[in-house]
Amino acid sequence: MLSFLNYLISGISLGSIYAIIALGYTMVYGIAKMLNFAHGDFIMVGGYAIFTCMITLGMNPFVSILIAMGVCLLIGVGTEKIAYKPLREAGSPLAVLITAIGVSYLLENLALLIFGSNPKSFTSVVSWSGLTLAGGQLRIQGVTIVTIVVSLAVLLVLQWFVHGTREGQAMLAVSQDRGAATLMGINVNHTITLTFAIGSALAAVAGALLCSAYPTLTPYTGAMPGIKAFVAAVLGGIGSIPGAMIGGIVLGVIEILARTYISSQLSDAIVFGILVVVLLVKPTGILGKNIQEKV
Amino acid sequence: MKKKTLSKSTWTYIVVILVWAVVMILQQAGALSSHLQGLLVPATYYAIVAVGLNICVGILGELSLGHAGFMCVGAFSSSLFSIAMQNTLPVGIRFPLAMLIGIAVAALFGFLIGIPVLRLNGDYLAIVTLAFGEIIKNILNALYLGVDSKGLHASFTSQMDLGLEADGTMLINGPMGISGTPRDANFTIAIVILLIALFVAQNLVNSRDGRAIMSIRDNRIAAESVGINITHYKMLGFVVSAAIAGAAGVLFSHSISTLQAGSQYFGYNVSILILVYVVLGGIGNISGSVLAAAVLYLLPELLRALSSYRMLIYSIVLIAVMLFNWAPAARNWRTKVAARLTKTFGRKERA
Amino acid sequence: MSQETTEKKPLLDVSNLSITFGGLRAVDGFQLQIQKGELYGLIGPNGAGKTTIFNMLTGVYKPNEGVILLDGQDITGHKTVEINRDGIARTFQNIRLFQDMPVIDNVKVGLQNQYHYSIAASIFHLGSYRKVEKEMDDAAMEFLKIFDLEKFRDYKAANLPYGQQRKLEIARAMATKPKLLLLDEPAAGMNPNETKELMDTIELIREKFGITILLIEHDMKLVSGICEKVTVLNFGRILRQGITKEVLRDPEVVKAYIGE
Repeated sequence: MLSFLNYLISGISLGSIYAIIALGYTMVYGIAKMLNFAHGDFIMVGGYAIFTCMITLGMNPFVSILIAMGVCLLIGVGTEKIAYKPLREAGSPLAVLITAIGVSYLLENLALLIFGSNPKSFTSVVSWSGLTLAGGQLRIQGVTIVTIVVSLAVLLVLQWFVHGTREGQAMLAVSQDRGAATLMGINVNHTITLTFAIGSALAAVAGALLCSAYPTLTPYTGAMPGIKAFVAAVLGGIGSIPGAMIGGIVLGVIEILARTYISSQLSDAIVFGILVVVLLVKPTGILGKNIQEKV
Repeated sequence: MKKKTLSKSTWTYIVVILVWAVVMILQQAGALSSHLQGLLVPATYYAIVAVGLNICVGILGELSLGHAGFMCVGAFSSSLFSIAMQNTLPVGIRFPLAMLIGIAVAALFGFLIGIPVLRLNGDYLAIVTLAFGEIIKNILNALYLGVDSKGLHASFTSQMDLGLEADGTMLINGPMGISGTPRDANFTIAIVILLIALFVAQNLVNSRDGRAIMSIRDNRIAAESVGINITHYKMLGFVVSAAIAGAAGVLFSHSISTLQAGSQYFGYNVSILILVYVVLGGIGNISGSVLAAAVLYLLPELLRALSSYRMLIYSIVLIAVMLFNWAPAARNWRTKVAARLTKTFGRKERA
Repeated sequence: MSQETTEKKPLLDVSNLSITFGGLRAVDGFQLQIQKGELYGLIGPNGAGKTTIFNMLTGVYKPNEGVILLDGQDITGHKTVEINRDGIARTFQNIRLFQDMPVIDNVKVGLQNQYHYSIAASIFHLGSYRKVEKEMDDAAMEFLKIFDLEKFRDYKAANLPYGQQRKLEIARAMATKPKLLLLDEPAAGMNPNETKELMDTIELIREKFGITILLIEHDMKLVSGICEKVTVLNFGRILRQGITKEVLRDPEVVKAYIGE
């Protein structure tokens, strides 16, 4: 029972990381209507930025994370401006998606050239060792607790931002009807840039937490978690912020439990199987809305 | 136009055959390093998958990131057959049958996966094909399969779990995969398969069924309004595309000693690499895929200095090509330049 | 059945057609009878529900209530693909061509369901392939000639001038051999010359094929010029229905239009 609880907690922790990544996906998908395939690689960029600041340059972890957020923000916004924006009116969702795949490859291979293919061993950004409960039988690591707390905080701040500020309202408007939002005087380009900025900065946070929990960093660190986080975003209902949170945690728990109780080889297959089932049974996800093409 | 496309596809066959002839002559003359000889079959099967994927991306207009999965089932099913028949059938019968089995199994998977996947479109379709590709790879990677006098045994945990009799044989040994597939494939056979794949793909494009598939790509709603059965034709395109990928998988498994369902062979990254070939060869341009796959595969292998920068260069070129071909600003600019050229040279700008 | 009753039975008989979107009744109690060979206009201000009616007639939307009879056959709730085979073809307000395909192939896609060969013949270009393709080419060229598009046969559809794109869309629809043709604002975005040419084309296909046409139009001149009968729609309901000249003189119709 206690070991189950242990697995459950590490599932929630992994899921919280997925949730933070999924938030970036879901906001970008909801507002820019594109699948930013490179989003997972922003996590990796964040990871290397923190690694460089914290370990190579010996900076404070907190400052390192802030710098990484800045780096990811710049890369996210820059990518949007250079690679995605020119294709926004191309009328083909394939064009943007393929370009995003190109960006993903570009980031991975840049990292490969700069940092090499050898894994870097990452030092946790959380120095607290955590809690020991039930007479030593239940140990919860500090990074696990921090991850869960941080993701909840991110969720609350984002909810407030989207529903309580002018910029957030503009995001909601653009996500519902870009044309109408333009007519209402909303600067769509500005709103999309802001969305990319927030999503990318969050990817740096996710990178810090991911590399602290699983301390090896390679150019491909972000790719798989990125794809899984997209699965989480779809599971929760793409475009929905609380949905991304729920989807992330559900997916993290399922992955850890499947890895423990079924097969470590098959846990990824099970995670992807969930995506297939969700899209077949309820393509809008747990909290998503339905959209129909206009004729 | 009709004449032009016909001659273009004929040219493709001629060039492929010429390349084959030159390679054979060089090989006979001993002018090919063993390193280069080892690259010939892989370069050809990448060209074949690229042709298959281009049917999906360029003709059907849907992005699949799971074609490595179809290669994977084609490779595994044909390998099992060839091993089983190794001492029963001569290679001249065994390999064509293995090829047909690999193609049929890949087509079957294309059909089964197509049922759910083709109800989606765009980004969702892409990500779900990726999911299916990974599911196939993971399952085959975890599968232990053996046979003894009592029949087939399968397990997802370990070899021990199979409980094989002493006389039993391991067929698929989990992550260790299948070993001992007869190496029936060679460059000439690979070229023949490539020619057949090209023939099928180019014929399909210039047919009633191909037009129906392309009409869905160009405008699904309009296609429906003129009585095109969307589900039927999407499925046709997808299955043909998967079947061609399966054929490449058969070549792959019959040209290596150990077949493993590892990420480096069948992961989504392989699907993406093939997508790079398709995009750089020109989406919808079947012969372009062959050229791009061959050149982009061989070049970095031959120019060592290039190989560490290879993916970096590809990714930059990929982004540039997409922007140049698709961005409305770039398109307008090209139209303008074309108009100016027409004016200057008085040539007629055609489709 | 006597000769008289068959003649009186309308080709299209729509009764009590209604649809609701999220509580809003977009079309309410729509009814319409069109006789074989008629050219019928459907007009009304923006948002009156005209295109919604087209979408119901072609199976894009399922009506909440009502019955659609085509040639006496109940086609209510049929899917879009089936409805084309039942005998209704349409064009779209925002042109929907097969952009990247040659002009002639656009028409050949329309011919698809009248010419057949097997998938094996497609893939291996077997005997029947050449023969049937030749027939399709000839048939498609006939249509291109009628619409004066034959010189564009190898152009990519997207590269056609605007007015020609509209014509190609009609040609493609006609290639499916419909009993009823639905034209959704065919003159939208056309200059007066192009509109004139379009009116001639419509006249021509009526003469040549005896086709029945239902047409949505904003351009009053076009409607009064060629439609014998019209239905005026306002806020999803029928405002007036009848002979074009009488209806357009009706003060309420005038008010609806001036109020726009």
